[in-house]
Amino acid sequence: MTTGFFTDSTLCIGCKACEVACKEWNDIPADPFVFSGLSYDNTLGLGHSTWRHVKFIEQEATIGAGGNAAGRITWQFSSDVCKHCENAGCLEACPTGSIVRTEFGGVYVQPDICNGCGYCVVTCPFGVVDRRPDDGRAFKCTFCYDRQIAGEQPACAKACPTGSILFGDLDELEKIADRRIATLHGAGMTDATIYNPKETSVGGTHAFFLVRGDPWAYNLPPKPEVPTTLLRPAWTAAALAAGAMAVVSLLAFAGGGRR
Amino acid sequence: MRPRRPDAASERRLEELRREAESRGEVGAPGVRPSGSPLPEASAGSGYYGLPLLKPPVWTWEVPLYFFTGGAAGGAACIAFAARVTGAPERLVRDAQWVAAIGGAVSGPLLIADLGRPERFLNMLRVFKWQSPMSVGAWLLLSFGVAASAAVATRGAPRDLASGVAALAGLGMATYSGVLLGATALPVWSKHASILPPHFAASALGSAASILELLGHRGRALHKLALVAAASETVLHSLLQVSATTRLAGAFSGPIPLLLRALYGRSRRARTAAAASALLGSLLTRFAWVEAGRGSVASPPRPLRGDAARSGDAVR
Repeated sequence: MTTGFFTDSTLCIGCKACEVACKEWNDIPADPFVFSGLSYDNTLGLGHSTWRHVKFIEQEATIGAGGNAAGRITWQFSSDVCKHCENAGCLEACPTGSIVRTEFGGVYVQPDICNGCGYCVVTCPFGVVDRRPDDGRAFKCTFCYDRQIAGEQPACAKACPTGSILFGDLDELEKIADRRIATLHGAGMTDATIYNPKETSVGGTHAFFLVRGDPWAYNLPPKPEVPTTLLRPAWTAAALAAGAMAVVSLLAFAGGGRR
Repeated sequence: MRPRRPDAASERRLEELRREAESRGEVGAPGVRPSGSPLPEASAGSGYYGLPLLKPPVWTWEVPLYFFTGGAAGGAACIAFAARVTGAPERLVRDAQWVAAIGGAVSGPLLIADLGRPERFLNMLRVFKWQSPMSVGAWLLLSFGVAASAAVATRGAPRDLASGVAALAGLGMATYSGVLLGATALPVWSKHASILPPHFAASALGSAASILELLGHRGRALHKLALVAAASETVLHSLLQVSATTRLAGAFSGPIPLLLRALYGRSRRARTAAAASALLGSLLTRFAWVEAGRGSVASPPRPLRGDAARSGDAVR
């Protein structure tokens, strides 16, 4: 079965239970104390020691659902996670075969294989994977592979008190998301939209989101591309350059190399 | 700000603010965010508080230095083979093969040192993946290292075979690092995915010819090769407006050696200066590109290629 995460930002209350549950279950090192000054978000982003990250989107007031009074800011929350791309840049780029696709469709870094080359870090179009300095290996959300094998749902989904993080069969989740969008649009929240970049080279994600307004405000890139699409032009250029190098070298020596 | 005199209007305004604060508990005005949020907004324009979406490369100095040594070694193997088959002096062939072998021998440890888990470097050889330039590069480096060492360690037919394999792998070594940087998610690298391989190839050939010149080989062929490399670098760098450091590196590897060689090609000292300049430029180029990648994560607000998003342009 291909499993997925459907994270509904309109149901998120910003409690960070998912962050805590993820850290506890996966035994991830603590983060240093940081006061960012950016809303209530002192986690700031996904990384080697943060596999769930609750964003606090502060914006000018928008009238509508959410209970915001006029003149006050609106506050939306959204729990971010590795997108588990259909065409995953990190997986393609991994030279050791450490990063694999699991039987549940998730993208998983095998910690006993990774040698910390760091190539996945620069090939993830969502900036999710990172190398942990004191450990040397790359880390990201495992989609709670261990829990899924045991028939359990991932720690974040289980700890979520509002159903903002739903885990289950990917196709089922997409149907749930469609119904949710219809409900929200019917209630007047017409800026609610699904973020799942299916029409890009990423080919959709197994963790997808319901957000309000422009996904970019959530640091969700509107048109992410998997870097493997660049292989053909880059290797073509490399082959031409190598051919030119060989020809130029031979010509240079053929035309009077001894002097 | 100039000193002001209080007047009726200014005092009326201050009274007004006090009344508003008394009645509402807070004061709003253009340019002043409501109380509780004196903060930048998460918006379609700035993204999530302007925080970079992508992660910077974790590579340290070993990797750009490896691009330099690996490229120069690959170029030297190519020169050695070309010199061999055209019957150039044996001493030049031999020295070029030594440069290739030493460059290859230095490159491996540099790459291993940069790994987060150096003791696991052999895991690179568990699989071969065409779709991973890093994997292709690991196998290229291995075959290059073996062949380049064999070329200096053997005689006769085995040496010729090893020299040929080293030259082939060397062409790969000189160009693949451009693919390695280009086929990533980082804006400044991926934008130049088709230009980086020829750029690095020219850099590699120029530095290999320069090293051999500095070792005392003064043949016309090396001069011509270095001239072509400098000319290519001049053209490529004029197409690239990346950072101040890449422009500086471009000057050292492009116009400076090009002019020195074109105008004073008969002068020994000018050619030595040109060779030194090209080497410095090549080394600097590799560091400049890695650094530019690091910088490109933070600088543009919308860092992704193909990202021509309008407001609310979510893709389903």
